[in-house]
Amino acid sequence: MNRNERRRFMSRGWMALMYLLTVLALIPLALVLWFTIDKGLPSVVHPQFFFNAELPPCEPKCPAVSNAGVGHAIVGTGIMVGLASLMAIPIGILAGVYLAEYSITRWSAWVRLGCDVLVGTPSIAIGLFVYAFLVVPFHHFSGFSGAVALAILMLPIVARTTEGAVSLIPNGLRESGLALGLARWRVSLQLILPAAAPGVITGALLAVARAGGETAPLLFTAFGQHILVFNPNQAMQALPLTVFRYALLPYKSLQAQAWGAALVLIVLVLAVNLVSRWVLRRQLALARSL
Amino acid sequence: MATAVPTAPALPVTHKPFDGFRAVIGVIASVVPAALVLITLTLLQQARPAIQQFGLHFVVATTWNPVTDEFGALPGIFGTVATSFMALALALPVGVAVALILVEPGQTRIRGVIGIGIELLAAIPSVVYGIWALYVLAPWAYEHIEVPVSGRLTNVGLLSDPAPRGLFSAALVLAVMILPTLTAISRDVIRAVPRGLKENAIALGATWWETTWKVILPSARAGIFGATILALGRALGETIAVTMVIGNAYVIPHSIFSPAYTLSAIIANEFSEATGPIYPAALIELGLILILVTLVVNIFALVLVHSTSREASLAA
Repeated sequence: MNRNERRRFMSRGWMALMYLLTVLALIPLALVLWFTIDKGLPSVVHPQFFFNAELPPCEPKCPAVSNAGVGHAIVGTGIMVGLASLMAIPIGILAGVYLAEYSITRWSAWVRLGCDVLVGTPSIAIGLFVYAFLVVPFHHFSGFSGAVALAILMLPIVARTTEGAVSLIPNGLRESGLALGLARWRVSLQLILPAAAPGVITGALLAVARAGGETAPLLFTAFGQHILVFNPNQAMQALPLTVFRYALLPYKSLQAQAWGAALVLIVLVLAVNLVSRWVLRRQLALARSL
Repeated sequence: MATAVPTAPALPVTHKPFDGFRAVIGVIASVVPAALVLITLTLLQQARPAIQQFGLHFVVATTWNPVTDEFGALPGIFGTVATSFMALALALPVGVAVALILVEPGQTRIRGVIGIGIELLAAIPSVVYGIWALYVLAPWAYEHIEVPVSGRLTNVGLLSDPAPRGLFSAALVLAVMILPTLTAISRDVIRAVPRGLKENAIALGATWWETTWKVILPSARAGIFGATILALGRALGETIAVTMVIGNAYVIPHSIFSPAYTLSAIIANEFSEATGPIYPAALIELGLILILVTLVVNIFALVLVHSTSREASLAA
C-alpha cells in the first residue's frame, strides 16, 4: 500500500468510526422508548388507569387487573402546567419581543444573558427558592407554588425562542408599518408578532413539554397527593412525581404504575415536541416567503 | 439661472423622544434577570444559619449527621464533580462525532433523522431516564461492565467493588442526558468554521479526516470547549435521574463503581424531611453551592461560545 492509499484508508476508517459513534448515540433513545413501552403498556391498556387515583400496594396477592391509576397525577400535571403557562407565556413573549426589537440596547444583552443562565440553573434550586418564597409563608404545599416553579423554568425558553422567531421577520415589514405611521408598539405587537406566530407557538410548546416532564422543582412545592384534587391551593400529584416516588418503592404493583406513568409522560412530551417541530417548519417557510 | 434648491431647515438637535413601549416591555423583560438574582439571594438568606454556624469549614467537612447537627459538603461536592466529569469524558467523543456527521453535506434525509433523534434524546424527561437507568441500564452495566472489569483488574483500587448503583451508573445516564447539548452546540460552532478553510484544505489534497482533524477541529476548538463547559453545567445540576442510581452513600468513594451521593440528590432525598433550625439550612447551603458553581460555569461557557461564533463570523 503506498502512502496515498494509506491516507485514504485512514480517512475512511475514521469516518466509519464517526458513523459508529453516531449510531451508538442513538441506541439509548431506542432503548428508553422500547423499555418504557414494554414495561408501561401492561398498566396503560386498562382504561381505568387514566381515571382512577392510586391505591395502596396490594402485595403479595394482587387482583389480575388492578384498579389503581394515575388520573390524579394527569389532572395535577394539567392544572400546574396550565397555570405555569398562563404566567410564563405572556411574560416570556413580551420579553422575547423586547430582546428582538431592541436587540442592540445594553439592557437587552443583560436580559439575554439572564435567560441563558436561567435555562442552565439547576431546577432543584428553583424548587428550593419557591419553597422558601411560597410554601413557608403559607405553611402548606400547593399546586400553585409548583406552577410558579414551572413558570420560572419556562420563562427563558419562551423568551429566547420568541426572540429567534421575531428576528427572522424581514425588516421591510417593520419599516412599512412605521412608514404608515403606526405606533412602535402596534408595529411590534400587531404586525411583527402575528407574522412570527408559528415560531412563538413552537417556543411555548417546547416550554410546556419541558415543564411537563420536570420533577425536581415539584418535590418541595406541589409535593404530591394520593387523591384527585382540583384546587391548586392544595398539594397536588404530577406524573413525574408518580414515576419518581413509585419507581423507588419495593412493591411490584407500584413499580408497574410508575412505568405506566412514564409511558403516558413520554408520549405526551414527545407528541408536544413533534407538533412544535411541525409548527416551526411552517414558520421557516413563512419567513422565507416574506 | 440657478434656481434656489429648497433645503430642509436644519432640524434642531433634540433628545430622543421617550419610547413608552420600550420602557414597558423592558421592565417586563427584567423579570428574567430579576428572578435569577432573587433565587440566589433567597438561597443565601435561607442558608444563613448554616453559613454562620459552620463557616468555610462546611465545604471541607465530610460528616453528614442530622442527629448531632454536624454537616459537611465535601462528599456531595466530590460526587457531583466526579459524576459530571466522568459523564463528560464518555459523552464528548460521541457528541463531537455526531456533530461532525451532521455538518457533512449530502444525504440530508439520513442527517435529518439523526438530528431529530438527538433532539428527541433531549426531550425525554429526566425522570424517565431515571426509571430506565434504575431498572435497565444500571443492572446491565453492573453485570456486563463493572463485574468483568473489576474481576480482571483486581489490583486496581479505583475499579474495585462493583455495585449496581454508584458513580459509574450515574455517569452513564448523565452522559446520555448531556449528549444533545454537546452535539447541538458543537454542530453550530463547526458549521461556523469559515468554508474557505475547509475548501483550501481539500484543494491541497487533504483527505476528509485530515481536513477534519487538522483544519476544522482546531479552528472550532474554543467553541467545542465552550460546549463542553455548558454540558458540564447541565451535568452538575441534573437531579432526578442521578438521584435514582447514585446509591445514596454519603462518603467519598474509593472506587468509581461504589455508591456515592451528589449535592442535588441529597437535597431531593432529604429536604422534605428536614426539621430543626440547622438541618434545612445546611441543605439549602448545598443548593447555594450548586447554583453558584453552575452560574460561574454557565457564564464562562456562554462567553466562550459567543466569542468563537463572533470570531468565525468576522473571519468569514
